[in-house]
Amino acid sequence: MWTWFHKLASPPHFYRTATVLEPWLFWPALILLGIGLYGGLIVAPADYMQGDGYRIIYVHVPSSYLSMFSYVTMAVASAIGLIWRMKLAFCVAVACAPIGAAFTFLSLVTGAIWGQPMWGTWWVWDPRLTSQLILFFLYLGYMFLRQALAETRQADRASGVLAVVGVVNIPIIHFSVEWWNSLHQPASLSKLEAPSIAADMLWPLLVMILAYQLLMLALLMTGIRAQVLEREKNARWVGELIGREGRGA
Amino acid sequence: MISAFLLVLRRELTVAVRRWSDLVMPLMFFIIVCTLFPLAVGQDIEMLNNIGPGAIWVAALLATLLSLNSLFRDDFEDGTLEQLALDKEPLSFMLLAKTIAHWLVTELPLVVLSPVLVLAFGMPVDAIPGLVLTLLAGTPALSLIGSVGAALTAGLRQASGLLALLLLPLTVPVLIFGARAADLAASGQSIAGPLYLLGGISVLALTLAPFATAAAVRVSLD
Repeated sequence: MWTWFHKLASPPHFYRTATVLEPWLFWPALILLGIGLYGGLIVAPADYMQGDGYRIIYVHVPSSYLSMFSYVTMAVASAIGLIWRMKLAFCVAVACAPIGAAFTFLSLVTGAIWGQPMWGTWWVWDPRLTSQLILFFLYLGYMFLRQALAETRQADRASGVLAVVGVVNIPIIHFSVEWWNSLHQPASLSKLEAPSIAADMLWPLLVMILAYQLLMLALLMTGIRAQVLEREKNARWVGELIGREGRGA
Repeated sequence: MISAFLLVLRRELTVAVRRWSDLVMPLMFFIIVCTLFPLAVGQDIEMLNNIGPGAIWVAALLATLLSLNSLFRDDFEDGTLEQLALDKEPLSFMLLAKTIAHWLVTELPLVVLSPVLVLAFGMPVDAIPGLVLTLLAGTPALSLIGSVGAALTAGLRQASGLLALLLLPLTVPVLIFGARAADLAASGQSIAGPLYLLGGISVLALTLAPFATAAAVRVSLD
């Protein structure tokens, strides 16, 4: 039963698995993205209060969700790497960082674009916005720390410690930011009308979330493959792989 | 183990006293940052009163950040950290001694000095005990969280910008609760709520941060 786990720890096997999975994640993601966008932009009715402006949630909500999902994945992978000394876990963690940072950025930007007409301002110091901004800085810190450390092994473990410390801190940060806001002034601006959303507005959103999730995993596979190749560039199987593909082309 | 702990603590304090310029620098920085606020926003006493508690906390955070740069640098370069890591005593415990020394040497003077700044910002005298309490409860967390970041960047030159990027997001809760409690103290209200939370964060940091610092030091020594 553990053989698959041991196999997972071998770079060539890991690389092949990622290569096989990648199209199976990417194409469904693209198809679902098409369905979700069609449903969200054309089928779903306009909101009676916000008009068509609310439609940005179809890109905003999935990005926000994935910004957090990527961080948790990164931290879990880092913890696995630190505890079991599994080098490949760090490949996953490293591949997560830019994807997560991009989703965080996307979520901040789409939020600001939505906020301008709806709230009348690009930015408010709302707890959700503030914690999202802090999350963005955490991603940047992770990536810059890796940049600063030249040796891969050291960069892996140092950034791993940072990711784990960050994940312990995130609930505290989130809670403190929420508390900070609630004492200052209650938010006079309403957020998404959470569960009371009409069914034909909801299904495109769920499809979009699924599409983004698959897209994130597909991008993760690409990142992992690049990481494995980079780290194993002197290994024989990489040479054989490149040689074979070179001949095939 | 206790005697080794005390030995490290005493060594750190002796080094700090012998090199008193390093000791005074964060303190000067703290005062300078506090001076910049009135210069930048004008000398309207009402306004200074309002921003005072927050300004003092921001200055304390920045001064801590400045001092953290050199927390492990010298010991990393002359091999002291390596000796500590090779020692049979647990590394996390020895590093805790260093962190406590850092708190005594840089944070405690800030706390002692803060009443003067309270008055300089035109806040009422009654606010002094409250503000001092918030700094006492919150600065240990700053030192402890900071030690993790300092350990991660110990082997790097020119790491101050990176250290700020790593640490500022992690210290946001301390800043929020600290400034909030100081704000309440300045307006003469009960500071119990945020003060307890600050203390809670400090205790949590005390229990977890030494292990993270030790792990980070071992990575840096690699």
